[in-house]
Amino acid sequence: MDAMINETKINILLSDQPLDIKVALEAVNDGSAGAVDIFIGTVRNKTQERTVVRLEYEAYDSMAVKEMEKLAEETSGKWPVAKIAIHHRKGTLYIGDIAVIIAVSTPHRQEAFEACKYTIDSLKQRVPIWKKEIFEDGETWVAAHP
Amino acid sequence: MQLNILLFGITKEIVGQQKVKFDMPEQASVGNLLKSLKQAYPGLESLDAMLVAVNSEYGQQNQILHESDEIAIIPPVSGG
Repeated sequence: MDAMINETKINILLSDQPLDIKVALEAVNDGSAGAVDIFIGTVRNKTQERTVVRLEYEAYDSMAVKEMEKLAEETSGKWPVAKIAIHHRKGTLYIGDIAVIIAVSTPHRQEAFEACKYTIDSLKQRVPIWKKEIFEDGETWVAAHP
Repeated sequence: MQLNILLFGITKEIVGQQKVKFDMPEQASVGNLLKSLKQAYPGLESLDAMLVAVNSEYGQQNQILHESDEIAIIPPVSGG
């Protein structure tokens, strides 16, 4: 099931289907933008010394979409954002899969970098999505504090 | 009043259900609910932090709950 909010400026997606970098980039394409910054979060094969087999993402869908939308609006208030896309995956992910994409377009590069960093850092603090790491020898819910 | 509570992540595993109905006195607050839940499910005490969402918004400790509210327990998030 996909939950999507698609305004002209803000593009939010929470999906159990693979995320597409091209779709996120197209969503932030804008004539007023001289810069596009994109952050792609992927599943890595190790946490400390333990080998990760897969991740399971769970979301409180309605609230997660609302919080992502609020965050996009907040970022847009802090920087001159032309367009912003926040796409997050849920369900089972394997090594190398894309878990999250943040794409931001702005007139100049500095603000694109800053807005993108702020958005991913804030997402990790407040959007109600949870990640379980499944190791070769056990599993654990991650309680990440960036 | 009987509250409908949604559980996610580790709280779902501790309680052993995705959804619970939980009795609280009328006029109970978010803070009261957290305290009662920890008494009912001592495993929740081990969590670093636990927030409550009321109708898809983060709730305040002193916020009064109503039977019609959609309530969710929010353990530390780990998206991204």
